[in-house]
Amino acid sequence: MTSLNLALPQPGTVRRKGFIGRALANPVFLFGAVLLGLIVAMAALAPLLAPYNPLAQNMLTRTVSPFWMSDGNWAHPLGTDGLGRDYLSRIIYGARISLLIGVFTVICSGIIGTVMGVLAGYFGGKIDLVINFLIMTRLTLPVVMVALAVVALFGGSLIVVVLVLGLLLWDRFAVVMRSAVMQIRNQEYIQAAQSMGYSTPKLLFKELLPNIFDRLAVIATFEMAHAILLEASLSFLGLGVQPPTPSWGLMVAEGRQYLLFDSWLILIPGAAICVLVLAINMIGDGLRDALAPENRN
Amino acid sequence: MLQYLMQRIGLALLVCVAVSLLAFTLLNASGDVAISMAGEEASAAQIDAIREEMGLNRPVLVRYGEWLGNAVHGDFGNSLFFRQPVAELIADRLPRTLTLAVMSLAVMLLLSVPLGVLAALYPNSLIDRAALLIAVLGQAMPNFWFALVLIVIFSLTLGVMPPSGSATLKHYVLPAVALGYYSTPPMMRLIRQGMIEALSSDYIRTAKAKGIGTTKIVFKHALRNAVIPVVSLSAVQFGNMLGGSVVIEAVFGIHGLGFLAWESISRMDLPVVQAVLLIVAVFYIVIVLLADFINAWLDPRIRIQ
Repeated sequence: MTSLNLALPQPGTVRRKGFIGRALANPVFLFGAVLLGLIVAMAALAPLLAPYNPLAQNMLTRTVSPFWMSDGNWAHPLGTDGLGRDYLSRIIYGARISLLIGVFTVICSGIIGTVMGVLAGYFGGKIDLVINFLIMTRLTLPVVMVALAVVALFGGSLIVVVLVLGLLLWDRFAVVMRSAVMQIRNQEYIQAAQSMGYSTPKLLFKELLPNIFDRLAVIATFEMAHAILLEASLSFLGLGVQPPTPSWGLMVAEGRQYLLFDSWLILIPGAAICVLVLAINMIGDGLRDALAPENRN
Repeated sequence: MLQYLMQRIGLALLVCVAVSLLAFTLLNASGDVAISMAGEEASAAQIDAIREEMGLNRPVLVRYGEWLGNAVHGDFGNSLFFRQPVAELIADRLPRTLTLAVMSLAVMLLLSVPLGVLAALYPNSLIDRAALLIAVLGQAMPNFWFALVLIVIFSLTLGVMPPSGSATLKHYVLPAVALGYYSTPPMMRLIRQGMIEALSSDYIRTAKAKGIGTTKIVFKHALRNAVIPVVSLSAVQFGNMLGGSVVIEAVFGIHGLGFLAWESISRMDLPVVQAVLLIVAVFYIVIVLLADFINAWLDPRIRIQ
């Protein structure tokens, strides 16, 4: 009996190893991961990579075309904006804003949503009712409008944007964590831990959380993409990150007045947002397939 | 059935109250309207006079009660900027946002239903791949940017669509495509998944064995069962479109509810912002509630539970 038990692998560890392994075997995941890796490297090495200071204006070189156009040149590979700032440098630094917003918003919303979901799923009853009510209320609030109003009231700094998005985007974490915990709370290893006298916090952190971690990772990626898109929208509407900070959404807004003749001014930063969100979503898709291979078709 | 209805309506009312309380306290707890209204060179006495006039010196909860009581009767106070009743402003702007949302919903369904069904009928085929590509792009593109790209292509280059305004239904086509496309991917995925499940179920196999034609099986038997989650998601998406139309209305210069919210937020015209937030939330609640009832009517399993 005991030898049989020893021969069985620890359920948690093997599953997670398999999880990452399965994801890595997926070309979609791999492509997304490499793409995101490149963007993160670009953001981290921005001071080394950017040919110019992203904030330096030059009235003599305004709206220079990018290199692929007949009047473009390689001194400014992606051209310059209406204030003569080098567009490539602004794109490189802009990656920092999007990534910071994405990561910190997900940390914030992930903690709130996971705590709520785990509490609702594990304890059930009245706690579950209250948390369900909170989720419903949150879903009823129009995210963009509330975020705009809060930024208008508290000012458009990076911290305010992260906090407001973090306080708004926890719903999917809560919903998924709640049902995940409900699924596993009656499984034998949880009951075993209970009967061994584990304290509730120890049980939640040591037994429950590691087993829903993979699902958490899947939502975290999609929510990160969501947060990045929302920041871009807020900045586009002038109530997000404030100028002269190079935010991609803000760059699209600034390029709007040149829509007719220099439409590349909006095309480039928009394409940058697309590539980043695409990379993150591919990672999310890969993780989701690794989580439930049977759902692939 | 009646008990189910009453439960859902009661819960919806509670959510309405919670949302209105949140919107009101959020907007009132921070910043001082009197100061921003009085302007930069106002004296302390002038600010106090404005506070007195607007009743801002009373506790937030008292003002909330009064505001909600009036709101229930359709009185949202006066706009600080337009100097006219907020209710009038909203009545004037709401039809444009509703038109946009209905057309966006139509765009979403016209894209997602055929693509989702075809992708389910021919998994891993060329059409399935194309549908996947459309979904992936739709989820990655910021909708304001997609809207601008549409303007560049169809208004500025081809000259076939108006770039802004809301004079005719034609003005709503590009905005509806921009807003509808963004909510297409989840819907398409849902339909594809639902159809695949329905098509592989026992009753479809029986229908096939009985020699019923493919068209009839797809439309009469499979699609009918896949439609229930579609109703729920459509309702949620429609509610989200009402709130999310801010960005699209701003790009196309459509003076709807979203545009009103945006300009009022920038001007700190709080009575308008509060009212728009509440209206959008109430619309969302009512639409989701209606979808629940439609589903309970479509599927007896739901109402018996």
